[in-house]
Amino acid sequence: MADLTSTFVGITSPNPFWLASAPPTDKEYNVRRAFEAGWGGVVWKTLGEAGPPVVNVNGPRYGAVYGADRRLLGLNNIELITDRDLYTNLEEIKRVKADYPDRAMIVSIMVPCEEEAWKAILPLVEDTGADGIELNFGCPHGMSERGMGAAVGQVPEYIEMVTRWCKQYYSKPVIVKLTPNITDIRKPAAAAKAGGADAVSLINTINSITSVNLDSMSPEPSIDGMGSHGGYCGPAVKPIAMSMVSEIARDPETSGIAISGIGGITTWRDAAEFITLGCGNVQVCTAAMTYGFKVVQEMISGLSEWMDEKGHTSIDDFRGAAVPNVTDWQYLNLNYVAKALINQDLCISCGRCYAACEDTSHQAISMSDDRVFEVIDDECVACNLCVNVCPVEDCITMEAMTPGTIDPRTEKVVEPDYANWTTHPNNPAATTAAE
Amino acid sequence: MAHSPFSPGVTAGRLDADAYQDNFADLHPALDPHEALVAADRCYFCHDAPCITACPTDIDIPLFIRQIATGTPDAAAKTILTQNIMGGMCARVCPTETLCEEACVREVAEGKPVLIGQLQRYATDHLQAQDAHPFARAAATGKMVAVVGAGPAGLSCAHRLAMLGHEVTVYDARPKPGGLNEYGIAAYKTPGGFAQAEVEWLLKIDGISIEYGSALGADISLDGLKAQFDAVFLGMGLGGVNALAIDGGDKDGVLDAVDFISDLRQARDVGALPVGRDVVVIGGGMTAVDAAVQSKLLGALNVTLAYRRGRDRMNASVFEQDLAASKGVRIMTHVAPVALHGDGSVREIEFEYMNDDMSGTGQTVRIPADQVLRAIGQTLEGDGLPALEGGKIAVTATGQTSVDGVWAGGDCAAGGDDLTVTAVAEGRDAAMDIHARLTA
Repeated sequence: MADLTSTFVGITSPNPFWLASAPPTDKEYNVRRAFEAGWGGVVWKTLGEAGPPVVNVNGPRYGAVYGADRRLLGLNNIELITDRDLYTNLEEIKRVKADYPDRAMIVSIMVPCEEEAWKAILPLVEDTGADGIELNFGCPHGMSERGMGAAVGQVPEYIEMVTRWCKQYYSKPVIVKLTPNITDIRKPAAAAKAGGADAVSLINTINSITSVNLDSMSPEPSIDGMGSHGGYCGPAVKPIAMSMVSEIARDPETSGIAISGIGGITTWRDAAEFITLGCGNVQVCTAAMTYGFKVVQEMISGLSEWMDEKGHTSIDDFRGAAVPNVTDWQYLNLNYVAKALINQDLCISCGRCYAACEDTSHQAISMSDDRVFEVIDDECVACNLCVNVCPVEDCITMEAMTPGTIDPRTEKVVEPDYANWTTHPNNPAATTAAE
Repeated sequence: MAHSPFSPGVTAGRLDADAYQDNFADLHPALDPHEALVAADRCYFCHDAPCITACPTDIDIPLFIRQIATGTPDAAAKTILTQNIMGGMCARVCPTETLCEEACVREVAEGKPVLIGQLQRYATDHLQAQDAHPFARAAATGKMVAVVGAGPAGLSCAHRLAMLGHEVTVYDARPKPGGLNEYGIAAYKTPGGFAQAEVEWLLKIDGISIEYGSALGADISLDGLKAQFDAVFLGMGLGGVNALAIDGGDKDGVLDAVDFISDLRQARDVGALPVGRDVVVIGGGMTAVDAAVQSKLLGALNVTLAYRRGRDRMNASVFEQDLAASKGVRIMTHVAPVALHGDGSVREIEFEYMNDDMSGTGQTVRIPADQVLRAIGQTLEGDGLPALEGGKIAVTATGQTSVDGVWAGGDCAAGGDDLTVTAVAEGRDAAMDIHARLTA
């Protein structure tokens, strides 16, 4: 069995699955249960300054987006940082870490952008024996209105400044959690790196309104008839998170910084994908909030089985393996030609591919009187929409054409050589003359 | 409980009251809202969906299921009822396993179709539970149409004609409307007085009057109707029953399955209905299964459904056959009745085993039978009808008969497969053709 041990910025945990800073990690009771269930580490729910704790709303905090059969695809929340006393949290953190020395214990922190505030809290956190801290520069609701959370994460200069303070007043690893509510994720990542951060973690939640109540005209979740935007997470945000992770992993200015991947990780496969895009570990929240702590067992067994199958003996064996294959559109090989192929043995004749192609794409699927659906290669541009709408896995596949054969759509020979837009004759800015 | 299943002869009260209540409860209880949403979520919203093609009334099934899934069951009901005004009854009695659900791509994919019939019931029940009718009549045309038969074909025709602005008079020989919906379908498929409730709801369109106790040939004549109305639709079904032409076929204890079912449907207390200890039903169609299953549910000890061919040739669907088997009905195949034995009342029935080509094998078998129910087909009765084809009224695709101004549909018309849903489709299509003629 593959060794899932993860060492992330020097912090070792028995597996790369950490619970993200969120409701599941708000107190000792939950965190002990999480460790018993098998989670490799936790990022304790964000601590604020000493003094009266923040106050949460007393109505619904969450809103959801569902797929078929009410499967939860997206979750948003308007919960703030921990609303429990700072010292209670610190005592619990210390106790739990002492009892679970092999698990990663990270403490998330959010205090005002003043040096004194950080200077005050960091020694207290240091004293818990936790393995590191995560700076919450991501929460998009509530705290950001008070100049914290995403309000800091959206200003790279603040990120760099606060990170520097943390490295100055705290001896262990500093992870900077980034907000996705920004145009270019590389800028805050570069700022964190410049400030001396050991790692970035991303993404935090995305500004969202999940639904509107059509009777009361209130956004949901509704507090007495009013709603404010929350932070969106869950399976729906995974593609956004992976794109942002890949940007940081492949940009020369930010590459090399450790990344803790967050965003819709629900299965071992999601985790593996984040790791191939350069993450040293992953953080999970919505999956646990949807299914309970036990989901980590599937993540552990699945990742382990896949690693065995691929011959990987450690997380590092495949970490970043997909990063070299992430590129800009202009470098994609325009000589690559594929065609959709429908496996008639698997086809159940629902006709969704036909409807999608006929109504919204390239009219490249034919339908016979007896409901046989076939690809018209003369028209197929290999857009993949038929694959995406087909309810049967692997029924429709994209088959690469062999170089030297003729694409019936363009009537041109499929060229064996790589050629991209930068050299294409249709590109007015082509750098190399076409033949 | 004076009697038990073991009591010999034909007798009532074989079971206790609770057992009767359980036995004749809804075969498929209604889906609750959660079940309906789960079931609706399984629909793939197929292109040019095979289920629509398989539906004799062409209901846009993916659309109505999507309307249920998105929280608008009344809109779903309108989608259904626009095509099939008796969508509520069809949801209960249609052999969906050989129609829409057989064609469902999830039947192909997983052997488990979307629960189309039950979802249809969910939507139509939801709408009909409100005391409103979703359709409005067009401006009056001043035309008058006579409809013979207040069954599925006649009422479907009448509703469509009324909606299009015509005045409709429906004539029915029975004292209540509904036709086979009221008199001919197993009680457990439509409990709770649904057949009457559906007719009442349907008549809210207005413009339809019903004359009961008016049988064609006795109380009214086709010529008379033709003279009085601008068009006539015949939908009176099949009034006759094939006789059992064998030795002893007239003994006591022998009756028509359709009468047995009709009595059961009209009974206030099914416990008062007499049933044999050893019941034999002859036939292989839906009526035979309905009679056999209900005999068992009334407390008969042994019920045998005897059919002259193999199970694959039975008109009753596999679902119906399995239902019968699950209720304890024994299905005997390849047997043709040759004689009934008994002194006055039937005591035994004698069959000959039959080859696949319907030739006799010469081997016979006798089984106990104190009640024999004939379900060997019904026939069209009446004189002076339009030209016939195979014993039924010959019609065009839109229901026109050989007599100008007279249309026909439902079981009395040739073609179709004698289903409620087919009758509804034929009545509707004839109405559209009548409307085209009257407004040309």
